[in-house]
Amino acid sequence: MNLTLKIWRQNGPDDKGRMEIYPVQDINPDMSFLEMMDVLNEQIIAEGKDPIAFDHDCREGICGMCSMFINGEAHGPGRRITTCQLHMRSFNDGDTIVVEPWRAAAFPVIKDLATDRSAFDRIQQAGGYVSVNTSGNTIDANAIPVPKTDADRAFDAATCIGCGACVATCKNSSAMLFVSAKVSQYALLPQGKVEAKERVRKMVNQMDLEGFGNCTNTGACEVECPVGISLENIARMNREYLSASLSSAE
Amino acid sequence: MAKSALLGSSLAKKYWMALTGLFLSLFLVAHLAGNLVLLGGDASAADFNAYAEFMTTFPLIKIVSYLLYASILFHAIDGIVLTIQNRKARPVKYHYEKPSANSGWASRNMAFLGTIVLLFIVGHMATFWWRMKFGDMPVDALGQKDLYTVVATYFTTASTAWLHVALYVVAMIAIGFHLWHGLQSAFQSLGVNHPKYSPVIKKVGKIFAVVIPALFAIIPIFMFINQ
Repeated sequence: MNLTLKIWRQNGPDDKGRMEIYPVQDINPDMSFLEMMDVLNEQIIAEGKDPIAFDHDCREGICGMCSMFINGEAHGPGRRITTCQLHMRSFNDGDTIVVEPWRAAAFPVIKDLATDRSAFDRIQQAGGYVSVNTSGNTIDANAIPVPKTDADRAFDAATCIGCGACVATCKNSSAMLFVSAKVSQYALLPQGKVEAKERVRKMVNQMDLEGFGNCTNTGACEVECPVGISLENIARMNREYLSASLSSAE
Repeated sequence: MAKSALLGSSLAKKYWMALTGLFLSLFLVAHLAGNLVLLGGDASAADFNAYAEFMTTFPLIKIVSYLLYASILFHAIDGIVLTIQNRKARPVKYHYEKPSANSGWASRNMAFLGTIVLLFIVGHMATFWWRMKFGDMPVDALGQKDLYTVVATYFTTASTAWLHVALYVVAMIAIGFHLWHGLQSAFQSLGVNHPKYSPVIKKVGKIFAVVIPALFAIIPIFMFINQ
């Protein structure tokens, strides 16, 4: 396959950035998008130029690191996939492919296609945990009964890989799908319910501090999420936050 | 944290948008019920005038009407704040976006549709509400303020009547698209999302979004054709 790539290049956080055009030849249709980027980078290095920076790690759809906005969609065309799971056979010979970084004030560009997503870490650190000392006093997993349906829904929420596609694709750069998945995975289980009220207030507060936009229920996040996190989680977070705020003494 | 949690937080904006939006939707039903009397033509003029008089003078309705004005303002201001904040959240735009791949047109254009609706409300209130409350009104045979004649003149005999009808229909289309996304969205914002009930809410919301504005729009069209 021969392709024309239009890729965002930005030397650093303070650089204005621009789109640059790179032709690539003889691309194997069975390569992943990241492997195609590797081929392009080898070509750029051979020319003695600066290769394109992009995030990647596991290359099997689990780590959530790969983050490109390809042809107008987070992780490119196709559903329930990350960029490493996108294959070049999804494109046609001679196509022009536009590649951009996640764009959000809360995800500043580090270089080229790599963005700083540590805002998600700070939201998680604000309350996305259960305060239990687990060292040396592990209790039996079945000591507290959990209904199967609750366990399934909590697990569905917990599959969020924190990639940020929801923010990237949302027209408002809202992080609500991510935060609601993290709120839900604990709120649905007895171990998490104990701190549920504090958790949702702290996490939403941190989300707002990070400068993410507001949710307007367009539902784009749910469509583009590589692991299919449902909008039901956002509704659950809305309920949790409303009851937590109404009943809070502060 | 608590104060802003129910006023300033990102979720609070959703709650208020949803609550005021649902209230305004209910108002549409009440407003439509009165307007449908207009379809009776000249024979229903006295009934329509009596209804208009009741709506502008009955104390309980007056209280609700102030709540209504506040809701319109709050809904609009909340929307403006949301739009400004959301634009700030993405200072550098994408070069190429394909939003139709993952979301509906109405859901992405609520601010634009809302602006049309707000402009319509301003014009609509200036034409009828202001005149009914503070302006010169003709009087019917029963001594009631003759709002029927004012409405009929506006949509039938005025020199630009066709334009009035056309603008009214355009505004109703905008309200329809606004409700198409807005109504089911309000339930989601308030946390009402359930595998059993949400499909029903979505369906009823869409029927509401088509039927209510369509019935509103039929009235001036009917009056214009039947003049």
